[in-house]
Amino acid sequence: MPDVEAVFRESYGRAVAVLTRLLGDIDAAEEAVQDAFLTAVQRWPAEGVPPSPAGWIVTTARNRAIDRVRRESTRTDRYRAAALLADDSPPPEEGAVRDDRLRMLFTCCHPALAPAARVALTLRLVGGLSTAEVAHAFLVPEATMAQRLVRAKAKIRDARIPYRVPAEADLPDRLAGVLAVVHLVYTEGHTASSGDRLVRTDLCAEAVRLARELAGLMPDEPEVLGLLALVLLAESRRAARVGPDGSLVPLPEQDRSLWDAALVAEGQELVRRCLRRGAPGPYQVQAAIQAVHSDAATAADTDWSQVLALYDHLVALTPGPVVALNRAVAVAEVEGPAAALALVEALDLPRTHLLPAVRADLLRRLGRDAEAAAAYDEALALVGTSVERDFLQRRRAGVAGT
Amino acid sequence: MPQYLLSLIQPAGEAPPPEVLDPIMRDVAAVTAAMRAAGAWVFSAGLHAPETATVVRPAGGEFLVTDGPYVEAKEHVGGFTVVEAEDLDAALAWGREVARATTLPVEVRPVAKPGV
Repeated sequence: MPDVEAVFRESYGRAVAVLTRLLGDIDAAEEAVQDAFLTAVQRWPAEGVPPSPAGWIVTTARNRAIDRVRRESTRTDRYRAAALLADDSPPPEEGAVRDDRLRMLFTCCHPALAPAARVALTLRLVGGLSTAEVAHAFLVPEATMAQRLVRAKAKIRDARIPYRVPAEADLPDRLAGVLAVVHLVYTEGHTASSGDRLVRTDLCAEAVRLARELAGLMPDEPEVLGLLALVLLAESRRAARVGPDGSLVPLPEQDRSLWDAALVAEGQELVRRCLRRGAPGPYQVQAAIQAVHSDAATAADTDWSQVLALYDHLVALTPGPVVALNRAVAVAEVEGPAAALALVEALDLPRTHLLPAVRADLLRRLGRDAEAAAAYDEALALVGTSVERDFLQRRRAGVAGT
Repeated sequence: MPQYLLSLIQPAGEAPPPEVLDPIMRDVAAVTAAMRAAGAWVFSAGLHAPETATVVRPAGGEFLVTDGPYVEAKEHVGGFTVVEAEDLDAALAWGREVARATTLPVEVRPVAKPGV
């Protein structure tokens, strides 16, 4: 018997997406799907798991919804129930499910919703995580997350955020919003903004799953493939990125034999595939940068001039201080730390440890230890996770002066 | 058909001079005409300055009248339009038109009960 919980997680998003289209209401859809799960828990142990568990869940949820509408019947509702019954009585075909899942994704990532709400809704309604799991992922109490989800769904209902894939003209903008949500799930997992663990494996896995799902739904969008490549290449280094004691191991010091070769190969193949389309976007270029790193057998073999050229491209596509800071790191390798330091000092990037941490590293490499120590202190005052703090403290201890 | 209130968020202070305001008013009139042509327009109005407002509030069976506005703020609602729109995306499309014409932020808010 397959893991019922796994079946539920896999089916939840599909079933809620289909039912939302049929019922025109996310809450009613969730209720119907939960009813169906309850029935499954009662029946499957005795009767066995049906051949297509996901299809069974959708069909049962639809029947449950019809029962419910009949019970609570007003005249209009009866008509709606009749319409439901008439509507695609055989299980919906794969193409239709795919369209429903896309609709749900665009609804959850609608720009009219607060960014935190978009992420929470996507994990819950597309990813199929329970409210408790979403709460855990963002280190907030379950009641807080439940409230956030209720409010977001109320806005979708009351403001009538459409359940629709945007028109061609709006698609690039709206797709960028969807990609940003998936990327945010990954970066939050990859470098948790708070807590005592650097990597939140559950969130990384969820982001990879969402990115794969999205690539399956929109295989012709190069930026979708770019995002998938980016998260796969980052994911390939997970084992190497955290030391046995939980400490942070930066890219140049990683044991590259620990990289997941299958993920590297998949990521690099995706980079080649989407770059061939000749429509480079920010995710594709970021993935290409990671692919260059993945090509190098040792840190010393890294083709830094290629990395720098890609950063030049990225700065042109998405100017901003964070990209400029990362570009400066590449400049340090190609032109030396002094040239990079001049760039870094011109940047304004308050409230994050990233800028002082890079500046500290450059000063350290220039032998300006006292200034480096001061910059490490600045970074330490802003850093969020204890693992990154330990890393900065080790580096700080390495420069003379106290 | 659902309705949405598009509120024009205007900064406090003097209205811009005619050479700035006139072309804006022409653009606004064009958007209103487009709304009417599309059958989306329900009602719209520009408001006098917030200092001209008066507040009436219930106070133990009586009514207390005080000088307005109700809330002093750096920004206030300077005018509004009610449109009919199928969903939020359609309402936001009108919101964009109004924001473009007025060069001001527009709050798009769903109407809960039209005509009540």
